[in-house]
Amino acid sequence: MSAIQIPVRPEYERVLPPPALSAVERPLPFHGRLWRLSALRRGLLLVLLALAWEVVARWQDNELLVPTFVQTARALVDGLRGGELLERTRLSLGVLLQGYAVGVAAALVLTGLAVVTTTGRDLLATLTAMFNPLPAIALLPLALLWFGLGQASLVFVLVHSVLWPLALATFAGFEGVPETLRMAGRNYGLRGVRYVLHILVPAALPSILSGLKIGWAFAWRTLIAAELVFGASSGRGGLGWYIAQNRNEMLTANVFAGLALVILIGLAVESLGFQTLERLTVRRWGTQR
Amino acid sequence: MPATPLRPVKLLPVPALQIDGVSLEYRSGARVVRAVDRVSLDVYEGERFVLLGPSGCGKSTLLRAVAGFITPVEGAIRLDGAPIAGPGPDRIVVFQEFDQLPPWKTVLQNVEFPLLASRRATRTQARERALHCIEQVGLARFANAYPHTLSGGMKQRVAIARALAMQPRVLLMDEPFAALDALTRRRMQDELLRLGEETGFTLLFVTHSIEEALIVGHRIALLSPHPGRVRAELNAHAFGLDAAGGGEFQSAARRIHRLLFDEDDPREPIPERRWA
Repeated sequence: MSAIQIPVRPEYERVLPPPALSAVERPLPFHGRLWRLSALRRGLLLVLLALAWEVVARWQDNELLVPTFVQTARALVDGLRGGELLERTRLSLGVLLQGYAVGVAAALVLTGLAVVTTTGRDLLATLTAMFNPLPAIALLPLALLWFGLGQASLVFVLVHSVLWPLALATFAGFEGVPETLRMAGRNYGLRGVRYVLHILVPAALPSILSGLKIGWAFAWRTLIAAELVFGASSGRGGLGWYIAQNRNEMLTANVFAGLALVILIGLAVESLGFQTLERLTVRRWGTQR
Repeated sequence: MPATPLRPVKLLPVPALQIDGVSLEYRSGARVVRAVDRVSLDVYEGERFVLLGPSGCGKSTLLRAVAGFITPVEGAIRLDGAPIAGPGPDRIVVFQEFDQLPPWKTVLQNVEFPLLASRRATRTQARERALHCIEQVGLARFANAYPHTLSGGMKQRVAIARALAMQPRVLLMDEPFAALDALTRRRMQDELLRLGEETGFTLLFVTHSIEEALIVGHRIALLSPHPGRVRAELNAHAFGLDAAGGGEFQSAARRIHRLLFDEDDPREPIPERRWA
């Protein structure tokens, strides 16, 4: 006999009462729920950044170089009240949306072709490799030569800045669609455009959305830079022109106000546009965290 | 098992699905690999037919060829006498992978979408049939849930409901329960048998589990690997879920095991035997 005896205990069965609901699920505590509001978290960060800006600007004490937050805010409000900033913004956004829409459509057509045919695929790979590294602004002289001093030139460079990154992202997304999902789609009898729209596009939506975001940012950059370079045609300049003009007149607070407006519009589009789109699609479907 | 005389082929009905001398190949780098070599099998209406074999025997490849994703290099696959040309909604596949459900559709949308996509039903008909099939697989409560909120077993149930709703000529299942835990797998086999009794579907089922083959199948084709060839066809009508563990079941399982793994001279001709 070994020294250790494993005790033999009686078996038992028990009937479990249904668990009390509060034990299975409970709400987060109040501060936890508050912290989940990303708008609140971001707003807090913005306030801290503005505070830091104010402190640094006051410490520098040179309003020609660094106007304070309060001065900038006043310039912004005045500009908006006076209507000049609003008009500039309207012009910029109008051109921006045109270029963006054309760029997005062109990217979808190009990637659609790349999915369907090998030639289209080679075309996409070659074109993106050639043109994606080319800064849109470098095409501006050429655009001015072709389309003259006006909106058409701006739209041209905007399309260039949106098309390639979006096409790359979309195609990468299509390539990443799981084989099983593709087979399931073909099993339904889907093919061609219906297959792309019903299976590939929703499945690749996380990549497409990120491409749309990158394209949006690139378009803004290009637009402001282009307006800074060639300014206004017949007094119809956008935000970039507003910034350049005020710099020439050493109205630094206005320059800051113009920049702040560009940033604010960017934030608004990001949080109202893209985040809503993400919440309604990829987050809801669980294809993106 | 008692050997009964060959049944005259004349008396057999026309098979729903005919796999006739089919060879399948795939490209691997610069070489062409033969995955399936001259396989002939007949599946009859209402039959649950199992392809059983070790990995590398080409059973999944064969199933994909029946689904229309792969074209045979020789031989033909016929459905009700007509050769198969490409994937189609008359052969719906339940895959092993959980990502077969489009994640952007709810359970209900997932089940009704193929009906709409293939224009087999109107919107109201599709909804009605989808709800019925979701009910059949016991997911009525989750009709509006998105797939990422479901467990693996529930996702497979949705895939099965989707396939049932289409009322395909042949239901194709590619190791549908292989990625599930043992307990869930058992319950799913049980449900599949029940659905089979209820709806009387014709099933081609791929598995590498001897036990599963005996439980699920009416008839089992054993495939040998590299390349896939038919080693034997056996009957398993007698075995349901309750039969597992019984003496006859054990001996049938042992027999399959021997057929699959014996190291006898593989060139020895396999006697063609048919069991009633």
